[in-house]
Formats: sequence, structure tokens, C-alpha cells
Amino acid sequence: MRIVVAMSGGVDSSVAAALLARDGHDVIGLSMQLYDQQQGEVRFGSCCTIDDLHDARRVAGAIGIPHYIVNFEHKFQEHVISDFVREYAAGRTPIPCVHCNGDLKFASLVDRAQAFNAEAVATGHFAQVAFDEVTRRYRLKKGVDRQKDQSYFLFTLTQAQLARARFPVGALDKAAVREEARRLGISVAEKHESQEICFVPSGEHSDFVGKRAEMPTGVIRDRDGRVLGQHEGVHRFTIGQRKGLGLATGVPLYVVNIDAEAAAVTVGPREALERDTLTASRVNWIAGETPASPIRASARIRYRHREAVATITQVGDDQVHVAFDEAQSAVTPGQAVVFYDGDVVLGGGWID
Amino acid sequence: MSRAYFDHNATTPPDPAVIEAVGRALAEDFGNASSVHHFGQRAKALLDEARTSIGDLVGGEPAEIVFTSGGTESDNLALRGAAEAAEPGGGATGRRHIITSSIEHEAVLNTVKALCRHGWTSTLLPVDATGIVSPASLAAAITRETALVSVMHANNEIGTIQPIADLAAIAHAHGALFHTDAVQSVAKIPVDVRTLGVDLLSLSAHKFNGPKGAGALWIRRGTRLVSTMTGGRHERNRRGGTENVPGIAGLGVAARLGRGKLATDAARIAALRDRLERGILDNVAGTIVNGALTPRVPNTTNISFDGVEAESLLIALDLEGFAVSTGSACSSGTLEPSHVLRAMGLPSHRTQNSIRFSLGAGNTEAQVDALLATLPVVVEKLRTLVRR
Repeated sequence: MRIVVAMSGGVDSSVAAALLARDGHDVIGLSMQLYDQQQGEVRFGSCCTIDDLHDARRVAGAIGIPHYIVNFEHKFQEHVISDFVREYAAGRTPIPCVHCNGDLKFASLVDRAQAFNAEAVATGHFAQVAFDEVTRRYRLKKGVDRQKDQSYFLFTLTQAQLARARFPVGALDKAAVREEARRLGISVAEKHESQEICFVPSGEHSDFVGKRAEMPTGVIRDRDGRVLGQHEGVHRFTIGQRKGLGLATGVPLYVVNIDAEAAAVTVGPREALERDTLTASRVNWIAGETPASPIRASARIRYRHREAVATITQVGDDQVHVAFDEAQSAVTPGQAVVFYDGDVVLGGGWID
Repeated sequence: MSRAYFDHNATTPPDPAVIEAVGRALAEDFGNASSVHHFGQRAKALLDEARTSIGDLVGGEPAEIVFTSGGTESDNLALRGAAEAAEPGGGATGRRHIITSSIEHEAVLNTVKALCRHGWTSTLLPVDATGIVSPASLAAAITRETALVSVMHANNEIGTIQPIADLAAIAHAHGALFHTDAVQSVAKIPVDVRTLGVDLLSLSAHKFNGPKGAGALWIRRGTRLVSTMTGGRHERNRRGGTENVPGIAGLGVAARLGRGKLATDAARIAALRDRLERGILDNVAGTIVNGALTPRVPNTTNISFDGVEAESLLIALDLEGFAVSTGSACSSGTLEPSHVLRAMGLPSHRTQNSIRFSLGAGNTEAQVDALLATLPVVVEKLRTLVRR
């Protein structure tokens, strides 16, 4: 089978490509160029830099597959960066990786793959796809390595996208992936993990947003409305943030609310972060079944969040109400809430 | 999978005789051409032979040839060397204006830009949709400050041939030197430095079945030029550094063969190019040739495919075994539309949908027909997907 592999130059996608090639597939490596490398204002620190493209090319050469760089600068700007800026400007905390997966890797790349007569697109995500013979639907499942599981970032995928998705490393744990890389002689075996947002390698996302959006200054208040300080734009804050508030108070204070329209940030004590409900929009029930009545499931409100049992009720066409059995700290608008039944992803949505 | 190579303007496969010459020089004639002893003399003899072959190919004297690492270095030496020689003092002209065209290779364009950071001014001659520089535009742009005019002989992306003799005459009438980057014309069409009337001419071995890393600058006897690669007294003080004897030996063989092939291969390659071009225009809807059809080097055609991303078409064709390119190989990986097509005033969709096919001696009618059979299918598939 001809399969396109999205190669970032990292260990996981390199091993994914190697495993598919070893299994006799006709593998084509594609690396996405997402930013004009020559402009240099933003240097990607972790993904898709010239070094990474070089690594991807070397790996492809070593395993004997063709490799091409496809230029998705415009699409990346349109789908990922502009959303990232818009969300922060609206006082929310976005997850650009989800858009990159859903709108680039499993949309534009799938289109390209079809153009090249490939039947599937593979990535190095720690996740699994399985076809359910009973429901005749594809299921997205967690990667075998629970510590590395990345199914959270894939909740927007459609049945059509899942049908063409391959996650060759999803059935391995990270140690096995590194071992496989060494065994295959892939030179990136010892490469560092990418952690930060790829187009903001400094981690200073507020500088990145500040250069691209007009952000009014405003005040920081406590929950009683008393002004405690000033701030230089709501994009500098996320719910639950404690550091960098610039407030001199005796007790630790956390951002508990962001009102972008009023350019107002509210702070409070840790317990003020707790919520036992949330609503989420643009919900994707990934297995294709919108539950007719409330369901019980495990919900994850951040990538590294420990799943919490909740009752999920569909309240509109694409909106859900989520009631947790136990209150959760720092429910953050703009992040995703993803629902699980064991290792199966039921669906997810964007926290309002 | 059988593969067909249609990217000869990027580089060409070395001729077997070239490979043999390079290998023999590496193995047997390892001496330093500057050495006095037997080994040095053998190496020197190879350089002399190559110098003669290149002189014969372009109609110059062996003593007027300076070996370089290739086209880019030749362009740099021509422009920077002539510019420095024109700098005030020492009886030089003191002129500090340079004229070039908007469709030059980056080796020229970026060298001109570099000179402009050091007090030079420049004028870029425009082109229209034909992709040909008009002598009238040079006549209008040239001044008493103009030290040097540099216009390429054949364009690398669309293959159009520039009216070098007319342009050089205008430059000389105003006391300016004339350089031409002939990297894409040498051994494709007859190139004669006296007929062209130029002062400096760049060429590169790997564009005509020679090895990479070897090239030459022809410098008309008596032309003032300052060395840019300072070092030992190599190449009559014009280019320091121990000569790349194996590469130059290969260059010499390629030059000798190239001269012969002009008579035998050029017409055949032109016929194949025309067959390909005609076949595409007839069988793939929404296609158009970019630039004038004549005068054009016989091996090149540049075609826009309406509604198709060139990048995807290139990859799809490669997966089918056909090697082509989008514009020049040097700009791969960027989304920047070709500066050549942009300078010709083409709308952006045409600049981003364009594919260059450049043929060579190894191409056959069967390869052209196979490409013509594949193209309509691949293009239609891409168009369907782009519409989604």
C-alpha cells in the first residue's frame, strides 16, 4: 500500500516511516515547511526547522524512501497561527497542535496523499485507530504508552480522516520507539523531545501575539472588584496562572477569569479556580454517534490533566454540558475537553 | 521504475568520457599544477588542454580563460572583480553604476545587491511577457556613471535568448564593460565571444555534461579585473587557490564534446522539446507556454498548468518517474514565485503553476511520449483535489 508519512525529523515519525517501509509498504516521506525560514523573525525551535527538515531527509535516505518538502506556509498561517493569535486576543488559551493535526496533517496532507495515489497518511502520534466491526466505524484509541498518549490532540478527526490515518508507533511505548530507532540506525534516536509550541520556541507566546494583534492594556482586580494592578494585554494570561502577575500580595493569587472585551483580568485564591461544570462547543463525537441521553465518561480538560469522571449532556447541535463528579481546577476556555471510555476516544469539544 | 530526466537546466549527467577523464586525473595526475617537477607538469598539461578546449568552444584565446568553481563564482569574479577595478584611484574610471536585468540568476542579482551595499547604484532592466530584454531599455538606462552591464545569454527558467550583441554594443558606446552569464547557453547554441562582443563570459561545466565544481570566466584580453579570491599566483593572479585539476580536466573534455554535439544533438533536442511542448498544449487543457517561443535555447520549455500547484505536480511526476522542476533548482522549498515570471508581469496564479521541462542528449522520443501520456492524468487528478 502506498502511504504518505508526515515526517517532522523527530524520532517518532522517523520510526513510523521506517516501520511502514519495513512492512513492505510503498512509503513517501513528506515534511511540511510551515514558516518562511529566511524571514527569521520566528525561528522554530522544535519542529520543522531547517535542521529538522535535514534530519527528515537523512532518515528518508537511510530507509530508502523518497522524501519531499511541501510548503504549507499559507495554510499554517491561515489555520494555525491566525487562530492562535485570535484566541489569545479573545482571552482564551489555544492549542495550535489540534488545528495543525486536523487542518493540515489530516486535511491538506490527505489531499496531497490522494494526489500521489497514496491510500493513507501516517504520523508519529502515540495513538491508535481500530475498525469496529459491529458499528462499522473507526475508533480513535489512546497510544499504548499512556505517558505519551497523544489522542487528546486528535479529537477533531472525522471518520473519513480516521479511515486513512495510520499511527505506527501508537502500539509501542516510547522506550521501544527509541530502541527501534537505534536498531534501524536512525540517527535521531537520542534527539530531545519537543515540548513547546513549535512556532514559539522561546515559550514567550505573549510577545508573539503582541506583535500580531493590537492588545489594549487593562487592570487586574480581585473578585471584589478592587484594582490590584495593571496589565499589558489579556493575551499575557491564562486561567490558573500565578507567576508573572506583577502583584505584591501576601497570599498567592491565581488568574480566575479573563474578560477580553473589558481587558480585565480577575485574580483570586486557589480555591476560586475550582469548577464543577463547563460547556464546550464545536463538539466532535469522533465515533460518529451523538449520544441521545447523558453519558458517563472520563473527561480530560488539558493534555496533561488527570481524567475526571463526568456526566456529559448534549445541549445543542454541537454543544455539550459537562458536570464533573468532583470539582476541577482551572477549567480554561480555548483548551479542549476530550471524553474517554477506557482507552477509546468518544469525542471532544472546545471549552467555552 | 524507469526514470526520465527532464531537468537538464539544473544539471546534466556527466558524459562517460568526462567521468573517465576526471577519474584518470584523480588517479594518475595528482600533481599540483604549480609544481615544477614531472607531476606538476602533467597536471599543468591537463589545465592547458582544457583551456584550449574552452577557448575553442566560445571563440576565445586559452590565455583569456580563468578557471573557477562554477557559474556562481564566475559571475562573482566578473562583477566584483570589474567593480573593484573601476573604483576611484589608480587611473580607474571611478564609475559606480551597474546595470543588469530583472531575470538574471541569483548569482548576478545578489552580487549586484552586495555591491549596492558598498556604495554602488544599480538599474534592473525590465522585461515584458516575452522574457527578453530590449536594447532600447538599456540605451535609456545607461549613463556616464555606468561601469558594467551584465545580462545573461539564455535564461535558466524559460530559455529565452537575449540580444547580447546589441546590448554589448550599447554598453561599449558608453564606455562600460559588458558581462554575460552564458551558463545556460554554452553548448546548447553557438556561443562566440567575438560575435557577441562581450568582455566577460561565465560558464559552468555541469550544465553541459561536465563535472560539478568546475567552471570558467572568459576575460577579454586587456580587461581590467581585480582578483576576488586572493591567494597564490594561480590563473595569472586572477584566482588564487590550487586548481581543481580533475574537475577542470572534465570541463575540458565536456567543452570539446559540447562543441561537437552542437552540430549533432541540438536539432534533435529541439525536435523533442517541440514535440513535448506541442503535446502538452494539445492534450492538457489550461496550459500556456511562458515567455517567447523564439529566440529560445532548444532544450527548454516553461509551462503553466492552470489550477495546479506546481509543487504537487513536480512530486506527482517524480513518483511516476519523471524529473522536472518548478523554476530554478536554487529556489526550491520557497513559496516565493519565480522572480523571472514575476518580472515578465505574469499573474500570480501563472507564476505558481509553472513547470520547467529542460531536455538533454539522453532524452528519447519514447520518454517524451511517456511523459505526454502521464501528464493529463496527473494534472486532472490534482485539479480535482485542489477544487475541494
